[in-house]
Amino acid sequence: MEEKQIIVRVEGVKKTFKMGKQHVHALRGVDLEIYAGEYLSIMGASGSGKTTLFNMIGGLDKPTEGKVFIDEVDISQLDAYELAWLRNRKIGYIFQTFNIIPTLTALENVTLPMTFAGMHNEAATEKGLQLLDLVGLGTRHQHKPLELSGGQQQRVAIARSFANDPAIILADEPTGNLDQRTGEEAIELLRSLCRERGVTIITATHDYKMINVSDRVVWVKDGRVDKEEHRDQLNISLGTIGEKERE
Amino acid sequence: MPKTDSKTGFFTHDESHRIEFPWKKSFEFALQNFRHRFTRSLITMSSLVLAVAFLAFILVNLNIASGLVEFGGSQFAPLLMEMGFDVDTSLGTVSTGPKERWIVILSLLVCTVGIVNAQLMSVTERFRVIGIFKCLGALDSMILRLFLIEAALIGVAGAAIGAAGGIVFAFLNGLVNFGVASLILVSLADVFVSFLIATAIGFCLSIIGVLYPAIIAARMEPVKALNAQH
Repeated sequence: MEEKQIIVRVEGVKKTFKMGKQHVHALRGVDLEIYAGEYLSIMGASGSGKTTLFNMIGGLDKPTEGKVFIDEVDISQLDAYELAWLRNRKIGYIFQTFNIIPTLTALENVTLPMTFAGMHNEAATEKGLQLLDLVGLGTRHQHKPLELSGGQQQRVAIARSFANDPAIILADEPTGNLDQRTGEEAIELLRSLCRERGVTIITATHDYKMINVSDRVVWVKDGRVDKEEHRDQLNISLGTIGEKERE
Repeated sequence: MPKTDSKTGFFTHDESHRIEFPWKKSFEFALQNFRHRFTRSLITMSSLVLAVAFLAFILVNLNIASGLVEFGGSQFAPLLMEMGFDVDTSLGTVSTGPKERWIVILSLLVCTVGIVNAQLMSVTERFRVIGIFKCLGALDSMILRLFLIEAALIGVAGAAIGAAGGIVFAFLNGLVNFGVASLILVSLADVFVSFLIATAIGFCLSIIGVLYPAIIAARMEPVKALNAQH
């Protein structure tokens, strides 16, 4: 394997939320390096802090302590414009609740980030149709989200996340609201897009289906990185995880 | 293969690195929102329509009274005074009584508060969409602009409808109180100016009413906006 390039670096990140008078420590100091082109899963039970970590990496939330670097740039140093640019071009987001805009058609949803990026209408439409074709919704581009099934809505969201050819795709529980089959399809789609386009994919999940396709799994527990496993280690331990789940 | 090495010139404000939302697109999106939330928009608009109608009614009544005093001679003066106008017969001028002025100002204030309330509601309902916009790279100014365009649409439509309605009522009122003379003697140019004044004031109120809610919306952190309950 060639030398790995670090695309995301998390350094001693802590996050404390105030809930009434109590301080909740969502993250208690996380260090993590993510390499370009890998498919990384952040696994953990709900409440373990994985979504908080995910939001930090995506520049959607600011850490109380510590730093997040994307391409060696400390994102807490960015101004609003640069942050918007980062979200627009560098990162594609996929959410558990799909988060596509209900008043816009599938195609309009996909082309919205391209519009922000200053792409011309025809070019954006063409690319939007290509992306929708890629996720298997080419014929349904004129449909509104409510006319699409959950799996299809998530495909629109996946197509949208690739709109500006980002270097990183962040997927927060992408299969959380999908049934077994459509969930697997969504994961398969992400996996193949990751390979084809050399995009770094980071997912936060507690779905064991995700393990099979991951290059690396980071387990988060109580706001800390519990353990990291690489693909080769995963194959060995996979059987036991499956059993644990069945128990 | 997309580039993964971009350390050089990662963030520069050159042509390829700008973020924008063209006016045409913003306008289309705002119009779409307006249509999609037509009932809510109508409610927001209705308080504006009423306040502006009242303003226009008062202004045009004054136009009619001026016309009567100027061209109709002094015969109308007692009648006008009885109706609460301040008539200066020697100068041939007429003005509204202070009471009416206060009622107009009050009604406009109440209307503004109503608009702020309705717009706050409509912003809260759309926290999620705002969050999505921000995740896709929208700037604060774009969100602000969307809400301003929407308010401008509501403002122009509501104020124009209100002003037109107010004028119609003022004419009917003149017809009933002073007969056909009121319609003949009134200066149409003055009425048109009154229409413009009422519409402009209504438009401004709509914009003022949306400013605070829109600023709240634009400044929201994306995570908070996305997770907001509604």
